Amino acid sequence: MTLAYETYGELNSEKSNAVLVLHGLSGDAHAAGSSKADGSVGWWNDLIGPGKGIDTDKYYVICSNVLGGCKGSTGPSSLNPKTGKLYAADFPLVTIGDMVNAQRRLIDHLRINKLLAVIGGSMGGMQVLQWMVSYPQRIRAAMPIATTLKHSPQQIAFNEVGRQAVMADSNWKNGNYYGGAVPARGLAVARMIGHITYMSDASMAEKFGRRIRADKEPFKFSADFEVEGYLRYRGDNFVKRFDANSYLYITKALDLFNILNGHRLSDVFQGFKAKVLVLAFKSDWLYPAYQSQEIVKACKLAGVDASYCELSSTYGHDAFLLETEEETQLISNFLRTAANGNGEHQT
Amino acid sequence: MNKIEHEVISSWIEIGASVLDLGCGDGELLSSIIQRKQVRAQGIELNEAAIQRCVAAGLSVFQEDIDTGLSEYADHSFDYVVLNQTFQQVKKPSFVLQEALRVGKHVIVGFPNFCYITDRFQIFFRGKVPVTASLPYEWFDTPNLHFLSIADFLEYCRKLQIYIEQKTFISKNRQVRWVPNLFAETGLFLLSK
Repeated sequence: MTLAYETYGELNSEKSNAVLVLHGLSGDAHAAGSSKADGSVGWWNDLIGPGKGIDTDKYYVICSNVLGGCKGSTGPSSLNPKTGKLYAADFPLVTIGDMVNAQRRLIDHLRINKLLAVIGGSMGGMQVLQWMVSYPQRIRAAMPIATTLKHSPQQIAFNEVGRQAVMADSNWKNGNYYGGAVPARGLAVARMIGHITYMSDASMAEKFGRRIRADKEPFKFSADFEVEGYLRYRGDNFVKRFDANSYLYITKALDLFNILNGHRLSDVFQGFKAKVLVLAFKSDWLYPAYQSQEIVKACKLAGVDASYCELSSTYGHDAFLLETEEETQLISNFLRTAANGNGEHQT
Repeated sequence: MNKIEHEVISSWIEIGASVLDLGCGDGELLSSIIQRKQVRAQGIELNEAAIQRCVAAGLSVFQEDIDTGLSEYADHSFDYVVLNQTFQQVKKPSFVLQEALRVGKHVIVGFPNFCYITDRFQIFFRGKVPVTASLPYEWFDTPNLHFLSIADFLEYCRKLQIYIEQKTFISKNRQVRWVPNLFAETGLFLLSK
């Protein structure tokens, strides 16, 4: 099994300043800085870097591509050593738990006994929760952001529409499209739906209004409105960088995730000793604040040392990536007090 | 807030106890109690900017509205529940106090005395709603929704059979022992049910 990862900053001699950052559905190991290969900027570059919220002058930041992904880690587009062919649909289903187990091996490989913090939004937040349950003794602080203990039917429904769009593309061929034409239309449509759910009514109104595109084509169903052009652009762009099968596997992992897994809410974080900061965004309707409040409730019932803040933003679910000012402040202060040991008031 | 109020409240709290502060603001009081009594502290606050400052101070705080109750907190799950300067600001003070008495083994309440002598003077001679050090807001821009005196509160506790374990009255950073309903700006009470 291969896990692609990047690190930023230096691990201190006590190995006590490592922060594991966990990416969302379409993210990758490239969380910060500009890539040497293509100059692309990391997905959380606003937050990670020298002097930033997650200050790489102080912390050693690690980010890996999830198992099942397509950006360097083993996934359906990887070579199956048993058959000598790419896995495609032969790849086993992956879970958020599998992703976290793989990350734990990476942390072992880096010879880090205890992480200062695990931080992530959306699917990254689910991985944070999984870390809290699977390896509570390996973390000193946890920050699940804009996430949930388990997907709601609405969240599953959106993912299912995305998967159906991929599978309805005649190029998909039960996943065996490698070497030929990819299910580009299907994956693009899936991504368009995704993007709608990541924004909010207000953010779309602000960003696009009903403005008409300057370069509209003389065709009845061309993308007249800017919002249409934007979604098409985002959809087409996604196809260039993401594998359709990975999309199917990862969205399935999201839907199957349920940290309670038969446990009672009061038991799930029982005995958890690290500090927790739960963040939600007011305009996020894909991962609504009530889901974060459920996480908080579970912490409360287990007597976990936790904080919760619901940040104002109009950006919807995307806020955790875009509306970073308040978020940055909270994260950097929380990290600082966690790094100072017990996190009690410093005077 | 006045240092003496922090001191009095802290003095009522046992070392190492658990404390829930309802409407903890910037967390100044909680930090001061932690420093003095090494308590396990949890704040509840509605204001985002105040929460930011609590987190910066290393405090644990939940963004919640105490007016909707404390249903997620078990009976007697905290040694002390604090309602300092928030008691008069909540929509339903009686409901919030009952909830505090359910969740806390002890409850600490602090509020500005509306019948402090300066307030009485301002009402009597100026015919205006008082604006004083302990009630510093204009009528059109005040977080205070309820105006009560120390006498009102004592009567209320009697009626509801709330036991007053301790009480301290303060004015201008000093304790007031004589006719507190007239000479105290602030009343602090340690209660239990």
